[in-house]
Amino acid sequence: MDALNMDNALGEYLPVLIFLILSFVIGCLFVFVNFIAARHNPDPAKNSPYECGFDEFGDSRMKFDVRFYLVTLLFIIFDLEVVFLFPWAITFGSLGLFGYLSMMAFLGVLTIGFIYEWKKGALEWQ
Amino acid sequence: MSVVTLIFDNIFIILTILMWSIVVFIPILIGVILAVYGDRKIWAAVQKRKGPNVVGPFGLFQVPADGLKYIFKEIIIPDGSDKVLFIFAPILTFGLAIGAWSVIPIQMGAALSNINVGILYIFAISSLGVYGILIAGWSSNSKYPFFGALRSAAQMVSYEVSIGFVIVTVLMCVGSLNLTDIVLAQKDIWFFIPLFPMFIVFFISALAETNRPPFDLPEAESELVAGYQTEYSAMPFVLFFFGEYANILLMCAMTTILFLGGWLPPFDIAPFNMIPGFVWFLLKLLFVFYMFAMVKAFVPRYRYDQLMRLGWKVFLPVSLISVVLTSSVLFFFNLAPNLI
Repeated sequence: MDALNMDNALGEYLPVLIFLILSFVIGCLFVFVNFIAARHNPDPAKNSPYECGFDEFGDSRMKFDVRFYLVTLLFIIFDLEVVFLFPWAITFGSLGLFGYLSMMAFLGVLTIGFIYEWKKGALEWQ
Repeated sequence: MSVVTLIFDNIFIILTILMWSIVVFIPILIGVILAVYGDRKIWAAVQKRKGPNVVGPFGLFQVPADGLKYIFKEIIIPDGSDKVLFIFAPILTFGLAIGAWSVIPIQMGAALSNINVGILYIFAISSLGVYGILIAGWSSNSKYPFFGALRSAAQMVSYEVSIGFVIVTVLMCVGSLNLTDIVLAQKDIWFFIPLFPMFIVFFISALAETNRPPFDLPEAESELVAGYQTEYSAMPFVLFFFGEYANILLMCAMTTILFLGGWLPPFDIAPFNMIPGFVWFLLKLLFVFYMFAMVKAFVPRYRYDQLMRLGWKVFLPVSLISVVLTSSVLFFFNLAPNLI
């Protein structure tokens, strides 16, 4: 199988890198061409932050709801879990009963944590 | 050996790859232009309007004309903004949205690179998309972009969890992270039949992940002006717009590969399997995109607490349970791949 050949596998990543670089370069190019082609006519009113036509009212770097942090923290837990599941998911056919049961135990622990979060109200938005 | 000599030794390989990259890039560019056009046309047809129909035949040149117009528009950089990050954010969004396409196979063997962790790469790249929006919202130093970016980040992050679980469910039926293997595993039955609930969860999460209506709260005009892109003008705005549609098409392609059998024909018999694979792939992609566009036309916008409730209290438990159910069924009926 080709995918298991290590040299080949690494060689396959070069197009990915080059394509990624190319897409960033094209993005920069678009902005650069725009900079050259367009005229620049700055003006204090034009350059002030948009606030429905009024003068700026207070600082924009303001306090915001702590729930946004909470959601991100929850996301980290569950996304790590997903990453943990990936290698298990593709090999679990050959892991046998032990592999199956240990992942079920892990998911069980996680579900208990999830129920706790739910009951605690961490998932509520008013 | 330094990097420079390494590059010079392999210059022909690199040039060949560069050529192929451009061959992949141009269809994406045209695809995005057609997607914007198709989106506007479908939306117009639902509302009994004609949509763009003046510039070029059937209004086909409307979108490129709009794009070209933006090249000659002034780039407005707000005074209080972080100027480098302000310009960097749209380039990041654009680059990531396009960059993910390098591993998508549109036919047997027809991908720029057939890496063996293809789906992990797409998952990683599409996760990074959050940064473009966060950086844009923060660096603008303006209130609407700031709140738009916060909302958008929380929303994308919430739905990414369920997308992850759905992908895990599919992977259990495949036994490989390679996108070609995922398609070939669907030779007998396309995964949307046995995993139908997951197909629905993935489709709706994809809508939320790409900030499409009914989940377009980051850009809800009536409350946040244009969300994270309020302060953007000219080409940086176009890059955001372009990136958004490239992401939508990417999600359509992902749905096609994960659930609708990629380039495989619906029946492996004479009239169907004579049509080349990429035609099937494009037809399926168009079908999913049509559904995306129809949802935009039909469904009213969600409220933010409803959106978060759907993500965390419905999709997350459902996809978690389905991981357990699918693995149990595969295990106890000895259906799992890679059995030794």
